[in-house]
Amino acid sequence: MTTYLIRNAQILGGAPQDIHLADGVFAAIGEQLDVQADIEIDATGLVALPGLVDLHTHLREPGREDAETVLTGTQAAAMGGYTAVHAMANTFPVADTAGVVEQVWRLGQEYGYCDVQPVGAVTVGLEGKQLAELGAMHDSAAGVRVFSDDGKCVDDAVIMRRALEYVKAFDGVVAQHAQEPRLTAGAQMNEGLVSGELGLGGWPAVAEESIIARDVLLAAHVGSRVHICHLSTAGSVEIVRWAKGKGWNVTAEVTPHHLLLTDELVRSYDPVYKVNPPLRTAADVEALRGALADGTIDAVATDHAPHPSEDKDCEWAVAAMGMVGLETALSVVQQTMVETGLLNWEGVADRMSHRPARIGRLAGHGRPVSVGEPANLVLFDPAYRGVVNPDTFATRSRNSPYKGMDLPGRVHATFLRGEATVLAGELVER
Amino acid sequence: MKRHLVSAADLSRDDALLILDTAEELAQLSGRAVKKLPTLRGRTVVNLFFEDSTRTKTSFEVAEKRLSADVINFSAKGSSVSKGESLKDTALTLQAMGADAVVIRHHASGAAARLAGSDWLHGSVINAGDGTHEHPTQALLDAFTMRRHLNPGLGRDLAGRKIAIVGDILHSRVARSNVHLLTTLGAEVTFVAPPTLLPIGIDTWPCQVSYDLDAVLPKVDAVMMLRVQRERMNAAFFPTEREYSRRYGLDGLRLATMPEHAIVMHPGPMVRGMEITADVADSPRCTVVEQVANGVSVRMAVLYLLLGGAVFADGSADSARTTDTPEAAQ
Repeated sequence: MTTYLIRNAQILGGAPQDIHLADGVFAAIGEQLDVQADIEIDATGLVALPGLVDLHTHLREPGREDAETVLTGTQAAAMGGYTAVHAMANTFPVADTAGVVEQVWRLGQEYGYCDVQPVGAVTVGLEGKQLAELGAMHDSAAGVRVFSDDGKCVDDAVIMRRALEYVKAFDGVVAQHAQEPRLTAGAQMNEGLVSGELGLGGWPAVAEESIIARDVLLAAHVGSRVHICHLSTAGSVEIVRWAKGKGWNVTAEVTPHHLLLTDELVRSYDPVYKVNPPLRTAADVEALRGALADGTIDAVATDHAPHPSEDKDCEWAVAAMGMVGLETALSVVQQTMVETGLLNWEGVADRMSHRPARIGRLAGHGRPVSVGEPANLVLFDPAYRGVVNPDTFATRSRNSPYKGMDLPGRVHATFLRGEATVLAGELVER
Repeated sequence: MKRHLVSAADLSRDDALLILDTAEELAQLSGRAVKKLPTLRGRTVVNLFFEDSTRTKTSFEVAEKRLSADVINFSAKGSSVSKGESLKDTALTLQAMGADAVVIRHHASGAAARLAGSDWLHGSVINAGDGTHEHPTQALLDAFTMRRHLNPGLGRDLAGRKIAIVGDILHSRVARSNVHLLTTLGAEVTFVAPPTLLPIGIDTWPCQVSYDLDAVLPKVDAVMMLRVQRERMNAAFFPTEREYSRRYGLDGLRLATMPEHAIVMHPGPMVRGMEITADVADSPRCTVVEQVANGVSVRMAVLYLLLGGAVFADGSADSARTTDTPEAAQ
């Protein structure tokens, strides 16, 4: 196994230290380490963070390998500094059986770029009617603990209640895509000033907030934990803050795009900005940033949603919803949270590694960068400035809303249990 | 003028008056035995209709033919579009065939903007109605009709004229285009509708809003009744047809409360007995048929200015304008 000596890395943005990686763990950390290693890396000016953990990734395999595969998706994850991703269940076939989740999990292990933790569907076929075999998925090699019908809301209150109760048996969590379906029939974008002017069907904030309100009450009633996917409105923040204030077991995530972009971009009618939940208003963006800073929102999750070009190179109404985000997430967080003074690097590590790993109950991830811990690490260059060019991405798809934008920072290297997946900004052959 | 006509919001006051004045000049043609001008001879105009439309399509076609353009009708039904061809591939095909202008009607809001903003084709794009977004030539023919009745004369606008637009504002591309254009021309617009048929954020639009038709009518110079589709009832936008008609329909009694000079407009197709009663629709104060005739003139003006040589907003003119004006052709 290759050993690495990283010189002068700023762990969580602190004073420069050397980090020695051997046997899959942090073997030594300190100033001017006097150890031998196969490869020495000069990390002067680079910030070292624990390997990032994504709670919300669409890897598309099986079924839509034209958009993404487990290989290209985990390569994109590695390029973005991730060492673990949760693969959402809305594949074809749906990940609602032990067989499918095991297949996805094994592919991740085989390729070795990033741990793939499959998310199991809550209901058979994501149809919201009958519980999938949640226990079988948990007991499988994939060890599923996060369950979600993401893409669709578990809108039936009884099914949601039962799911919340049932997964308590194995410390599972239901991650809810909060979208009241009747209030969002035909929805194309955030309902507000812009949708009215553009004549596009509105997706009102209340459709998200009403489900979140119901689900935190349900979780409290049955004593379960619930996780809110891609929270996107100021009102949702208020509800989660209230629920947490009650001591209820509620966690929430926000996407990078909801931290940066607003529905004003839809005026271009360019479907690269079409996403679900939709881009909201500047006031929502501000509330989301504040909530991520004060911990009301626990985690940044990418909702990386690759689509082939023909599904975006068309008129808005027929375009697919979603954006790729694995390779730009840390840069967006630097711009929106670090450079605004809302979070320091320790806070970034908490929201992008520690807390998401804890929510997903991933034992080997989200650990501190200290001696003896699994060597999951990202070296990030915050001084870099560059224009986003999706043609250079590792993901198979190009639907990035940041194309042509200036974003700060880039990943220099990523290590998964001591093995480099990215070095000098390039993927390492595995 | 820009190269495309996608939104009425893109038109400055000067642009709008230029179109209306040009349309007035072109309208004189319709009274003559030979109605054709050679202006667009050798230019190809494609009518690309993804949505059923009889009057708009026919109106454009007549306008194009009167300007001697080569007209190609490309309708989604029975074409490769119905077999799953994308808007992009359709556009690339039209580009390869050398379309100088594409008149597009599409059920998706933003389709015309998408076409104009893409590099799929290089000709002018004219929006003939996109989803529930805009229908700028309808607004132009409405403004043209209003000006003829309320402030006739070249170079004149609609300053201070009070216009009520009544009905399904939420789903209306006609209302969206009209509020932009009429406001640009100085008119004061009031939307009248039940709250369910008004978009969220309407309070930020440059218009007044009322839920009470009877309170608005005595003050208007023109009232525009929008078609209300019966299907809306099923989505609980209003309880019943009769209730809608009672509260927001224009009948003879309500017409009598309007000032004598005020006109009744409708973009068509009308649902008689719903938003408008037959006696009002057939009354001499109703301009529906006139609007159709004016539609041809206005669309000729738009095609003429976009293709035949527009005078641009900066005042420069291209050669076609100076050598082939309507006057010169007469």
